[in-house]
Amino acid sequence: MTTQVPPAVDPVETPSWTGGLRRAAVRALPPEKLLPDKQPSYVASWVYVFGVLTLAAFVVILVSGVVLVWRGPSWWHVSKVGLFFNSIHLWSVELFFFFMVIHLWGKFFMAAWRGRRRATWITGVVSFVVSIGTAFTGYLSQQNFDSQWISTQAKDGLNSVGVGALFNVMNFGQMLLWHVLLLPVCVAVLVGLHLLLVRHRGVVRPIKVRSAVPARLGADGPGPDGSKEA
Amino acid sequence: MAEETQSLAEASAEPDDADWQGPKIHYDLAKEFVIALVVVAVLAVIGAVVFSSPDDRPVTIRQWSQATPGDFLATAVSELDGSSPTAGYGPPYNTATGSGQKIFFLNPQQWIGVHTPVDAAQDFVLSPLALSAQTDPTLRAALARYDAASASDQQAWTTAYTKGLDKVQFSGTDVVLPARDYGPVAPMMQSLLSMARTGSLDADLLASPQFYGTDYTKPLLFIADGSYLADKAQAQHLSGDQWGMMNETGNFPGQAWLWLYTMWYQIAPFNSSANADALVWALMMLLTLGLALLPFIPGLRDIPRAVPLYRLIWRDHYRRLAEEAASGPQAGQPPAARMPLR
Amino acid sequence: MLAALVDLNHPGHYLHWGFIQLSVANALVILAMLVVFALAIVIPFRASRRQR
Repeated sequence: MTTQVPPAVDPVETPSWTGGLRRAAVRALPPEKLLPDKQPSYVASWVYVFGVLTLAAFVVILVSGVVLVWRGPSWWHVSKVGLFFNSIHLWSVELFFFFMVIHLWGKFFMAAWRGRRRATWITGVVSFVVSIGTAFTGYLSQQNFDSQWISTQAKDGLNSVGVGALFNVMNFGQMLLWHVLLLPVCVAVLVGLHLLLVRHRGVVRPIKVRSAVPARLGADGPGPDGSKEA
Repeated sequence: MAEETQSLAEASAEPDDADWQGPKIHYDLAKEFVIALVVVAVLAVIGAVVFSSPDDRPVTIRQWSQATPGDFLATAVSELDGSSPTAGYGPPYNTATGSGQKIFFLNPQQWIGVHTPVDAAQDFVLSPLALSAQTDPTLRAALARYDAASASDQQAWTTAYTKGLDKVQFSGTDVVLPARDYGPVAPMMQSLLSMARTGSLDADLLASPQFYGTDYTKPLLFIADGSYLADKAQAQHLSGDQWGMMNETGNFPGQAWLWLYTMWYQIAPFNSSANADALVWALMMLLTLGLALLPFIPGLRDIPRAVPLYRLIWRDHYRRLAEEAASGPQAGQPPAARMPLR
Repeated sequence: MLAALVDLNHPGHYLHWGFIQLSVANALVILAMLVVFALAIVIPFRASRRQR
């Protein structure tokens, strides 16, 4: 910065929605925070790999799902190749939930919502719930005995809470579109948000042990949960 | 680097939401993701090659009427006289009041009203028969007689027919019943069975106002009113009272993640409640909300501290913290680091 | 089914404990989850690559 430069408005400071958005984004997630190549020394356990394994399973689900979408819903019933990709789709879903549940266990026992990470926990739980819905509509989209039985059984639960009118599990077209579009988009957005929150806050640090400062697992300062330590 | 970072103890004493200024390790997230992707892809391919995936053929009305014509006829006549589960279901299919589960005094099933109208007698029996009657004068006459009859006559015929089905026999494709007055119901049911056996009823129930159909509500409701589908499911351990929601056909793993939802249906009071679905759904919504809001719930959020798995997970961290403390307290070091950790 | 090395389309096997009824396949999946979780906690992670 030299004094010769006319005191023009600093481009960084030019008020605009775009600039404001960029500055907010960079402030929240500077590149070294978004894609760090170092982690705190306490990040040293295999428990940490289940989040990324879940994410990897999600990618395999999406890729195998795209292959199935390519040839349409009837293909896998009549083609060996189709059946193979349907099988990959099924097993990657089993792996997805397998890893996701272990991830959930791990994060629970680490009380990973501490330190203003409650939104991270909540987006994780909501991702889990929406994933269950996505898998459920997948079962309904199979056009086989499973779909018939599951839809005619599930309708009673959905109807009993008043959802059945808007979400008709026996409407194959509706279920297929929810399964291949609406719900995967929801999962992807939720998982994306979850990941950004993880990177924004960083990995939760170890629970303080017999510290002079009482560590409140749910607390991050005064707030709705700022209760006394039990 | 070492000069710029805090000691382990100093960093650990910072608030949980502060950026970690203590020692760090190299951690290659991108590499980790690629390895994870390869591992999962390989596992999924192994699953596909070794186990494939289940695909039990769907049940058709044709198959049902051929395998268990007695069950088909009993179901059809119950649709006609309004005694079937679908006919008495209520919203969102019709205005019947028989069903309508309650969550205590709330009845959300009634709130939204009829959105997927299904008239069991008309949709499953009378309309398909009317199509067939265009080329069948006998059936046309039977339908005309049924339509013209009083409700009590109709009821008497269907009741007699239902009773007669207890002793039904089949001679080829003919329905043979004990001699009673079934009115036009006997020829109507005979025709419906014939249509079902040829598969034309499958097509008729799918027929929607437009050429392309993707809504299987009507054929599925009709099939589900019979015992054939349920018996097949029962044999595969798929019924609600068999933890069926988490099971899959054959020996495949199913939706194990539905274990809690499934469990409620097996135990009191849900296993004997007429409102089981509504109550279990309400409970699961509550529990799911509880899981999502766990960080706000005193007691529950403190469980991890009481079940000290975290000490195992972070054992290296705590050991190093203890080592650092043992090597002599340094100026400015917070008390936490000096405490014995194990 | 076609080409599966292990055919899982035979009638399922089920475990019963009181009101609990569990398919062997699901039981194996759940057991595997518990085992993997336990191993993940117990097996040491490449702690040697620490950078001070």
